[in-house]
Amino acid sequence: MKEALSLVQRLSAHPDSRCWFVSWSPSGTLLASCGGDKAVRIWGREGDSWICKTVLQDGHQRTVRKVAWSPCGNYLASASFDATTCIWKKKNDDFESLTVLEGHENEVKCVAWAPSGNLLATCSRDKSVWVWEVDEEDEYECVTVVNSHTQDVKHVVWHPTQELLASASYDNNICIYKEEDDDWECRATLKGHTSTVWALSFDAAGRRLASCSDDRTVKIWKEYPNESGQADLSWKCVCTLSGYHGRTVYDVAWCQLTGALATACGDDAVRVFKEDETADPDQPVFSLAAQVTKAHTQDVNCVAWNPKEAGLLASCSDDGDITIWRFQEED
Amino acid sequence: MSGGTRLENANPVIFQRSGERLLTAKDEDEDVHDPIDDREIFDLIRSINDPEHPLSLEELNVVEQVRVKVNDADSTVDIEFTPTIPHCSMATLIGLSIKVKLLRSLPDRFKIDVHITPGTHASEEAVNKQLADKERVAAALENSSLLEVVNQCLSAKSI
Repeated sequence: MKEALSLVQRLSAHPDSRCWFVSWSPSGTLLASCGGDKAVRIWGREGDSWICKTVLQDGHQRTVRKVAWSPCGNYLASASFDATTCIWKKKNDDFESLTVLEGHENEVKCVAWAPSGNLLATCSRDKSVWVWEVDEEDEYECVTVVNSHTQDVKHVVWHPTQELLASASYDNNICIYKEEDDDWECRATLKGHTSTVWALSFDAAGRRLASCSDDRTVKIWKEYPNESGQADLSWKCVCTLSGYHGRTVYDVAWCQLTGALATACGDDAVRVFKEDETADPDQPVFSLAAQVTKAHTQDVNCVAWNPKEAGLLASCSDDGDITIWRFQEED
Repeated sequence: MSGGTRLENANPVIFQRSGERLLTAKDEDEDVHDPIDDREIFDLIRSINDPEHPLSLEELNVVEQVRVKVNDADSTVDIEFTPTIPHCSMATLIGLSIKVKLLRSLPDRFKIDVHITPGTHASEEAVNKQLADKERVAAALENSSLLEVVNQCLSAKSI
């Protein structure tokens, strides 16, 4: 293989615990991580290496499952098994707890900001997706509770430019939501995975969505103009990557800069797929460009591409570590 | 789960416990690499207590050595367990106890799969999916009352 994933740095991020998730700030200069130790850590580059800048403790009583930066980079949201979501405000090099969003009946599994920064979505084990509105005074108000899934909702992600929300669930389905007369409604249900859908990622243009699952596959979904002229959105599965992953695929990340697709797998491997640009757009072809089979000593939970530095990839694992990789395509 | 409440399976068939593992000279030799084998895994789980009877999982034939598959080189463990009755409401708890026992006993490198012996439980698929979901297992183990019940199943029997 001409392409390669090379190790930049390994960080013992959440020792004696799981590292569940990592998220780059919009400027790509900070990385937030969270884990089973109930803490959020903020990592920044100093010289050639990444170091821990701040530890956010005391925000949550239980595992912090996911973290998300606001599009302006001044706020961080953390979703926890304690059924709350904390909003942190950045003050110089420090963070202060601004507010705590309550309402979910049990574990909050994911949180995501809309591209405008005015909306926030959370999802939970309680099967619901909540949309929150943020006003100029930093006040958060829940505007909608949607119950389109029949099981635990694992992940929520916003479209890169539009106010379109997608969610993935233990019920094996993906739902896409749009606002309709001040109410958020499920406008498409994407069926095809045969087990839990763990994560979703839009491509740069937002025309396609990648999903990964406990069924050991990754699927690529494409939006089609609606032929029937009705309000429902039309998304079809145009590609299934099967046979590459030995166990559950816990995360998928579509690089907005290069189009490379990275996956985090329960078989300890990190893989990167590249799209064949000559293929028919209605039948895209992805091939394995690079993989590290023992990227971590335990399950890989998350992969995240740096939004500004092409090819810089962060992964984290049940072994408590964060690893920074460089994906390089050679001529 | 004991005393007073009506038992789901009041008169379970009780099976003979297996004997102690016979040690060979090779087992005692510190210089020989000794991979983890099926019997060793079976010994870890056979004395787990049933949540509803004062009996071990081995005595109820919920676990059997032939349904334990370990591959030390690949770091995988696969356990099938057989609920005593097809509608056993304790199936998830029993599976969780087996999983927790192995998570605590084995090196972190092991991937532990615990599932119901095919065809022996009405909600086999749902229970298997629940046990395979590490996020839900992690959340369950942060629940102190559930953890207490699991620990009771795992505690050494006081006879």
